[in-house]
Amino acid sequence: MATDPRAPETLSLATFTQGIWQENPVFVMLLGLCPVLAVTNTATNALAMGLATLFVLLCSGVLVSLLRKIIPKQVRIACYIIIIATFVTIVDYAIQAISLDLHRALGAFIQLIVVNCVILGRAESYASKNTVINAFVNALGMGVGFTFALLCLGVVREILGFGTLFGLTLFGASFQPWAVFALPPGGFFVLAGWLFLFALIRKRRAAAIPEESHVA
Amino acid sequence: MSAETDPVPPPVLPSSRKLITALAAIAMISGLLVAVTYEVTAPVIKLNQQRALEQAIFKVLPAATVHANFRLEGATLSALTSERFAEANVFAGYNADQVLVGIAMEGAARGYQDVVKILYAYDPAQNGITGFTVLQSSETPGIGDKVETDAAFQENFNPLDASLNAGGDALAHEIITVKNGRKVNPWEIDGISGATITSTAIGHALNDSAQAMLPPLLANRDLLIAPHTKGEDD
Repeated sequence: MATDPRAPETLSLATFTQGIWQENPVFVMLLGLCPVLAVTNTATNALAMGLATLFVLLCSGVLVSLLRKIIPKQVRIACYIIIIATFVTIVDYAIQAISLDLHRALGAFIQLIVVNCVILGRAESYASKNTVINAFVNALGMGVGFTFALLCLGVVREILGFGTLFGLTLFGASFQPWAVFALPPGGFFVLAGWLFLFALIRKRRAAAIPEESHVA
Repeated sequence: MSAETDPVPPPVLPSSRKLITALAAIAMISGLLVAVTYEVTAPVIKLNQQRALEQAIFKVLPAATVHANFRLEGATLSALTSERFAEANVFAGYNADQVLVGIAMEGAARGYQDVVKILYAYDPAQNGITGFTVLQSSETPGIGDKVETDAAFQENFNPLDASLNAGGDALAHEIITVKNGRKVNPWEIDGISGATITSTAIGHALNDSAQAMLPPLLANRDLLIAPHTKGEDD
């Protein structure tokens, strides 16, 4: 944030890790919350949605970066949307070919990846200003961070809401599933829990850094 | 961001031709990518759909080993090849001795969240509905999906009476879902308390479909007796 956002970034480990931790799209930037809440009722759905978004992020990031000198500024958003929609359509067909059940479970949210603000945000603020390799690494980090966040929600909601994990039964027959966690309100509860936890960790870390510098 | 580092450049707009060319080029690239993906995945997707349908058919007709697809339109029943499964609305199941063991048909009715689509089995020998499976539903997990998991609810279907009236043009008795524990007649479905709306939807779906399909279907019963398409690959 401190550097000029328009200057091309040099490739470093931070290019990759900022999407996972410092700028995690879900837990820090609170972007793309629609699929985060809607399709994290099971860990499988969450993982599939995360990977689908990761694929679209990667491909659109690379293509936008490749075409960044060709795309006129005035029509850039339209171009980004076409590029993103292309890869979303590809993902849509791919998921149908992999598993119809999965496609049915994810429903309209696959097509809605087109309007996921994480992807358009990356295209506009990163891929259009950086080299292909940087755009690839950054999109990979963001996608992994997004998938990680979805999995965090999906695992908790599936265990509490269905008593299973990735479809495997965890508890005995006496376990009464906590259905609210499989329902939309459960998404909000679990998201709030994770946000609280991550905010706490970040606060602790921020408080710890000045103390360390004093010692040094 | 500040005024000194950002001298205001004179607004030079590129020609419209340049903008249109760029957009058209990108649209062409994306069109090509989508077309290639479609070509590659279409046969796999069709195979998946066929497999999912077959799974549902053999689930509601456990005694069947092969099935044949038919299309019922008005009063005419025509046999379809296995490639045209998507157009079929009647699936006849046969056992290893080529004897008709049941007929699977689709039904749909409004549930709590959205339309509940089911595939149900009708046994002509028993004049009744012997079971169903949910094809598509967005009912509340843990509540609406009980219609498939609740053992007492499944007990309604061994069999559920769906015999035709004397004239053969409608069901002798309408299939209805009654309140839990109030079932007295074989054509009534004992509902699930707590999942009333979904269990009522199952009753509506069965009644609507059976009323419309069974009279013309049984008039064409001869056509169903022996399988016409024996093209099972697996």
